[in-house]
Amino acid sequence: MKRSRFPIVTLIGAMMGIGFSLWLSGCKPRQAKNVIEGNAAQKVYVAPGSYDKLYMFASGGFSGQVSVYGLPSGRLFKIMPVFSQFAEDGYGYSEESKPMLMTSHGFVPWGDAHHAELSQTDGQLDGRWLFINENNTPRIARIGLKTFKTEEIIEIPNSAGDHASPFITPNSEYVVAATRFSIPIGAKKDVPINTYKQNFKGTISFIKVDKNTGLMNIAFQLLAPGADYDLSHAGKGPSDGWMFFSCYNTEEAHTLLEVNASQKDKDFILALNWKKLEQYAAGGKAKEMAANYAHNVFDDETHTATSEILHSVKIMDLKGLKDAAYFIPCPKSPHGTDVDPTGEYFCAGGKLAAVIPVYSFKKMQQAIASKQFEGDFEGIPVLKYASVLAGEVQKPGLGPLHTEFDDKGNAYTTMFISSEIVKWKVSTQQVLDRIPVYYSPGHLMIPGGDTRKPYGQYVIALNKITKDRYLPTGPELCQSAQLIDITGDKMKMLLDFPTIGEPHYAQAIPANLIKDNQVRFFKLTDNKNPYVTRTEKEAKVVRKGKAVHVYMTAIRSHFVPDNIEGVEMGDTVFFHLTNVEQDWDVPHGFAVMGNNNAELLVMPGETSTLRWVPEASGVYPFYCTDFCSALHQEMQGYIRVSAPGEHVAITSSTGKNDDAAIAKNRDNKKQ
Amino acid sequence: MKPLTKWVVLVSVIMMTGTFVFPLWKITLNAPQYPEGLEMKIGSTGVSGNVDQINDLNHYIGMKKITSDEFTEFKLLPYVMGGLILLGLAAYFLNRRSVLYVWIIAILVLGIVGIIDFYHWEYLYGHQLDPKAAIKVPGMAYQPPMIGYEQLLNFLAGAFPGIGGYCIILPGVSLFSVGLYEFFSHSKYHLLKRFNKHHHALAD
Repeated sequence: MKRSRFPIVTLIGAMMGIGFSLWLSGCKPRQAKNVIEGNAAQKVYVAPGSYDKLYMFASGGFSGQVSVYGLPSGRLFKIMPVFSQFAEDGYGYSEESKPMLMTSHGFVPWGDAHHAELSQTDGQLDGRWLFINENNTPRIARIGLKTFKTEEIIEIPNSAGDHASPFITPNSEYVVAATRFSIPIGAKKDVPINTYKQNFKGTISFIKVDKNTGLMNIAFQLLAPGADYDLSHAGKGPSDGWMFFSCYNTEEAHTLLEVNASQKDKDFILALNWKKLEQYAAGGKAKEMAANYAHNVFDDETHTATSEILHSVKIMDLKGLKDAAYFIPCPKSPHGTDVDPTGEYFCAGGKLAAVIPVYSFKKMQQAIASKQFEGDFEGIPVLKYASVLAGEVQKPGLGPLHTEFDDKGNAYTTMFISSEIVKWKVSTQQVLDRIPVYYSPGHLMIPGGDTRKPYGQYVIALNKITKDRYLPTGPELCQSAQLIDITGDKMKMLLDFPTIGEPHYAQAIPANLIKDNQVRFFKLTDNKNPYVTRTEKEAKVVRKGKAVHVYMTAIRSHFVPDNIEGVEMGDTVFFHLTNVEQDWDVPHGFAVMGNNNAELLVMPGETSTLRWVPEASGVYPFYCTDFCSALHQEMQGYIRVSAPGEHVAITSSTGKNDDAAIAKNRDNKKQ
Repeated sequence: MKPLTKWVVLVSVIMMTGTFVFPLWKITLNAPQYPEGLEMKIGSTGVSGNVDQINDLNHYIGMKKITSDEFTEFKLLPYVMGGLILLGLAAYFLNRRSVLYVWIIAILVLGIVGIIDFYHWEYLYGHQLDPKAAIKVPGMAYQPPMIGYEQLLNFLAGAFPGIGGYCIILPGVSLFSVGLYEFFSHSKYHLLKRFNKHHHALAD
């Protein structure tokens, strides 16, 4: 009897230990989980053959391109090449499109696309153009939404890190470009990096958009204190005429910014009165300054881009411009400023801030009128925080970044660190709802969410990390977009889908503003490309010294010519391919074996040129790469390359060889 | 010592060798972006697990880097555990209750010292933050719990004994129990005997 007690005592002790730890592990606090409701699938289902309600234009981030999706289905329709070469359709490889990627630094094959911005009329989306900035080699592109083609790229001089760009004014008067990196500006650019505070400046560029053609030119630049400028939005309604930029690194650090630019509890929002700046610039305050920058325009009639280097820009120092610029203190390292649909409130997401400040435009005007200044930052007055503040959103979450608005007076803010979207009421700054997203959202987007009339209905989270969300694909995983229903009081997760590159920012627009304006094909009669071949009869091969120009047509299912002889080693061959189809959805592709180049993808009525430098003699096949017809596989040809001593004259044909010419070639060889 | 006390002593000694192999304590971190969780294992000779990832994250809040070299404990602990195991073997082979008591007291004392030491380090790491850190939340410290869960910004931090920890806790609890039994069954109070007598008396 006694014996049995020993193990019992021991056992009880052991059981207590195990039980205690099990109890502890069992009490792990539950974390919010998304419940996908039963009808989520219905809400995003677009039946085969039916159209989506909205177009979404998503920046490709480091891909340099823009991708086009349908909402609510999340289906990918197209990748529009903008800042990066795109071998798939020859953008940046064809002779016609290469000038689009020219800069003052020469040809730059890659870019970092960031913020898609749709054109607006009267503060509402008008479906004409899409603008997007390039961060690395500062540029802004304009894409035409009739052709979904990049029509124009303008380089921004005196700039580095064109991140705060291309935010647009309510009537598309201007798109802006502000510098992330301050740099030495002026004649002497070669200075020690540690002279940052003396020598480095930021710039803010106002780029005028022609209201009919969309063509851009830099109206004026502003020389600004050496902080890092970040996302901005234009005022609207009562605040129309103003532009609000967030800025961080007001510490003016030039090294280890993650620490050194995170020291101050408050940085700034820079409020600019652009209507006043316009007057100053017109009134002679802006001085011409030498600067080299490229302006590239794609012409729809010649199907050809031209690149021009411009040599001068107008610039004025913000410091001396009275009543045009004010700094407003803003909790820690703000990433963006957003203006609500009424134009009365603007807020900022300080990535290291514990609150979201909401400012009142009315209070800002009163504060300016009554000179509520707490000092100045490099000569520009700083308003008192409290004098402009409408209120703060308390405990919004961790790492607030960007805010957009619905049509019911609510704001939605991404929380990067706590990985969620938080809904709050603009007028009371009360948090109403929160929903986890997967994971770490940067921007979010409500269709029309930065305009006077948001479309509402959805918010789309643009996530940087997907981790365990999809089937894994090695070390590099996709980034994603998540579609959330915002029609009710509670946000409801509907769908997520992977994106091309980083979906840095996106904008969406009701489909009817775009879909009925589409160019279906280019009229051959309007084609003004100097190398156009309108009919098969006009097809020819012409030698100009060491250059061989092939004027070629493509139609289902042959090329004219498809037998070409007379090219010699040392020649450069230019295939000028005109797609002579005059119907929708009949592109033809073109590729030559061994070409150190991409392919061409030519739309009906368009002419594109592919360059080829043969590296050895022989016969090379070429063929159509876009499955165009039942006899696509027959759409092919040969080009012969000969050694110079072979004396092969140029011949070309389709269907029937020019026997006389070929016989003559044989004779040439015998001589 | 009673025969079963000897068995408990022997099993305890064998279990305690497990502290060289298995982690004594585990600290886990879960955040939205880390659904799979991060884990730091504290062994008798050093820290292991996702220490590098945890250090990378901690730099945002200015926490000192956690490395095994920072702690003299990891140099001493193997000897301490070795000493305890030898003492246990001594108790077993000498079969002396006094050695058993010394051993049990040593385990208890070292256990308490260990817990205080652990708390001390957690406190230091959680509070001694670089004043220049990027993320500074007023009034916020990042001391992980000793045992259980606590929310630290976006991370849910949890702390629990590892297998190695149980290789001390279970022998400790068991030895304490048998120690008490040995003590009382050989003392003049001899509760159990009295109880038995009383019991028998009632039975009669």
